[in-house]
Amino acid sequence: MTLFDDTINQHLDQLEAQSIYILREAYAKVEPLGMLWSIGKDSTTMLWLVKKAFFGRVPFPLIHLDTDMELPEVYEFRDRMPKEWDFELRVENCPPEENMDQTLPPASRAAARKTEGLKALIAREKFKGMILGIRRDEQSMRAKERVFSPRTLSGEWNYKDQPAEFWDQYKTDFPDDAHIRIHPLLHWTEVDIWRYTYRENIPIVPLYLAKNGERYRSLGEKNITFPVKSEADTLEKIIAELEATREPERAGRAMDHDSEDSFERLRASGYM
Amino acid sequence: MNKKQQLKVVIVGHVDHGKSTLIGRLLYDTGSLPENKKAEIEAMSKKRGMETEWSFLLDSFQAERDQAVTIDTTQIWFKTSERECVIIDAPGHREFLKNMISGAASADAAILVVDAEEGIQDQTKRHAYMLSVLGVPQVAVVINKMDRVDYDENVYLNVRNDVLDYLAKLEIEPSFVIPISARHGDGLLQNSSNTDWYDGCSLIDVLNQFHVTSRNKNAAFRFPIQDVYRFHESRILVGRIESGEVREGDKIVLSPSNEMATVTGVKIWPDDETKASAQAGEVIGLTLDKPLFAERGHVISHEQDMPKIVSSFEMNLFWLSDEPLKVGGHYKLRTATFETGVTVQSIDTVLNTDTLQKTAGQEVCKLNVAKVTFRSRDLIALDEKALGTGLFRGVLVKGYDVVGGGNIAIENYPDQRPVVNKRLEHIYAVDHLLDAEERAESYGHEGAVFWLTGLSGAGKSTVAMRVERMLHQKGYKTYVLDGDNVRHGLNSDLGFSPEDRSENIRRVGEVAALMADAGLIVITAFISPYREDRDKARRAAKSKFHEVFIDTSLEVCETRDPKGLYKKARDGEIKDFTGISSPYEAPENPDFVVNSNSQEINDSVNQLLHYIEKQCSLVSVAHNKEKTFGT
Repeated sequence: MTLFDDTINQHLDQLEAQSIYILREAYAKVEPLGMLWSIGKDSTTMLWLVKKAFFGRVPFPLIHLDTDMELPEVYEFRDRMPKEWDFELRVENCPPEENMDQTLPPASRAAARKTEGLKALIAREKFKGMILGIRRDEQSMRAKERVFSPRTLSGEWNYKDQPAEFWDQYKTDFPDDAHIRIHPLLHWTEVDIWRYTYRENIPIVPLYLAKNGERYRSLGEKNITFPVKSEADTLEKIIAELEATREPERAGRAMDHDSEDSFERLRASGYM
Repeated sequence: MNKKQQLKVVIVGHVDHGKSTLIGRLLYDTGSLPENKKAEIEAMSKKRGMETEWSFLLDSFQAERDQAVTIDTTQIWFKTSERECVIIDAPGHREFLKNMISGAASADAAILVVDAEEGIQDQTKRHAYMLSVLGVPQVAVVINKMDRVDYDENVYLNVRNDVLDYLAKLEIEPSFVIPISARHGDGLLQNSSNTDWYDGCSLIDVLNQFHVTSRNKNAAFRFPIQDVYRFHESRILVGRIESGEVREGDKIVLSPSNEMATVTGVKIWPDDETKASAQAGEVIGLTLDKPLFAERGHVISHEQDMPKIVSSFEMNLFWLSDEPLKVGGHYKLRTATFETGVTVQSIDTVLNTDTLQKTAGQEVCKLNVAKVTFRSRDLIALDEKALGTGLFRGVLVKGYDVVGGGNIAIENYPDQRPVVNKRLEHIYAVDHLLDAEERAESYGHEGAVFWLTGLSGAGKSTVAMRVERMLHQKGYKTYVLDGDNVRHGLNSDLGFSPEDRSENIRRVGEVAALMADAGLIVITAFISPYREDRDKARRAAKSKFHEVFIDTSLEVCETRDPKGLYKKARDGEIKDFTGISSPYEAPENPDFVVNSNSQEINDSVNQLLHYIEKQCSLVSVAHNKEKTFGT
């Protein structure tokens, strides 16, 4: 624990409190609720926060949007955690790549598959709220998000006309044919997630830790996600690495570099 | 050495005064840009035939770049030598004020950017005004584009004086007024030799000096209940401490119900038996020694330092909706976790943010600021702003949208707590030895009131009777109150004058509440055309009340006209007939709507039956009202 000074600990306490408040707000106001679990560091941190918010329980189902293209270590972690942490996991198979818009760059099609999988799930199960672990610092489109972000039935996000959100009063009223995306980690940064993971001793997929001079900074489909050069084989070293780097987190995600606007197109049409 | 805490800064000011450029340049100068970003911006600028345009950094939308207007709040992180900062970029375009508010409301400090050439403009004033309403605690002004005025000290002094004059009227005293040129980096990291006549702080010095705001630990204890979780052995009231602190053993009061109890535990997870206290900002659960009726929205305080309870108040608000706020208008008000219906009593002044002139008015239009008096459906626990608890902020909702917000002033309104007290003395003089939970358990369902409202001929009685029959067959204890069974006995002294009609509904509301308390599912079938009357019925039954709108259009009702009443009303034989010669105020936010214009009566019956079962069956009650976990 000597890794952090009081300022950092206080900051983590504030982030945690805000996220728990948001999760409880969602649970009080929106029903039925589900939460996407990508099995990565962010949504696993969020799962830990859910357990804190509901005194050890996970009172809604977790959903994995499965493209069948995750790395083996990811599947191993996915299959182990529900028993250890006592939660309900639903695996949702995404539609195949050939069904996707072929004008999208190839590396963006996995994201499009997840988008379609999510839409199908919401339409079928009539979820009114979906909790997602995105952060503002990941990507500039995500920086524009609200904590409670309304979507139309088809999943569309009207980013040009978003609800006013202030004094922790969130948009919890919406028409029957809409749903709400809830983003409890929006205000966290990548290094916050790692510091908190370290402090709270939250389990992670081992691919984040360096092996043979490489590690994954962000986990995506195996054909479009690549490890970065790194010697950080412990959480302490990851934190030190991030404090020094100026390389963006999603540098190893091919979809982000396809074109100036592919992320924007995906997100407006319902991508996480 | 400990670094300072992360600072949230909002940057505001008139369009084109250089906010985005300032941010882009700050990121570059502090070495905060990711490796690929500078190249990206240079490529973008080149593609558009411009020199390096720092503002592109934030304009990550295609649409934005093409219109050259920042669309939405963006947050961006950078580090100074002493701390981490998050910049909230607020757009200058007039239409996008709600985005600025979304960003500025959570900021620790604001930087107001003013163009040295143009001086104060519309949005400079409007944004400054918003900073004062939102209560952003620290403000610095930067006079930008000093390069365009040859770094002339006199230009700086003139603009500075204008800005200070305007801000003084808003009771904002900026900590610093700094001459800068964002494009060239003058005055950002250190003072520039171009402005050697200025010996104050650079912008980075200012960001290092600002302090982080936090919830007030020294103010009175305020804990708005966010939710109630029930585990099989205990009940936990969860929420965030908005101010003050609490310890195990503290004597507390619930507002507005004014009931008292003692704190038996401060709960977090994983369990920590040693945790016996918590303070402002912490998100916790509390357990009490008594099973008081407590729900979301109630405020817990100490016995000796209670909030005020009011049912009318003034609000200094900003308006965000295209639809103007009007006298007589109905809205939902949210204060912390509490929500209730409010009605506009009067619009006292409308403020022009350019001139700061106050005028009287009948409506408040989009982006106007006004002082408005409201009356509320329920009693609300609030504090005066000066107490420092934060329990004076409110947000107004209409339909699905937040339409306004502002600061509530209760200084001129009497505290209703003595009234609540008096009521309690009389009503709770005898302790019931049987509570609602036990009754519900023995009946197998909760008691509730389903208040059907709608025009004559809408189908209220038909639906009510059929649903009653079906509920009974399924084993529910239920009863319908309608005109026939109350007009003959309980209300036989009442006629049909407006006062008598109102009294009729009041008595029905009270009787329905008692029956629901006794554990019955009560369905009432009255036109009950006035919102105020239905609100009274809701106050009587509290959270057990469900307003059900039998939504049948006047045309359809008139076509049906089962008793020939519409015809008589049209012929003038019946006076004050609802819908024809007397108003029907449709519910604003009914708990449930049965649309019976076109659908079969069976569908209406089934819909309502399903809704009632969902509300009253013990399994879903646990889910809807108090969350029960585990087995």
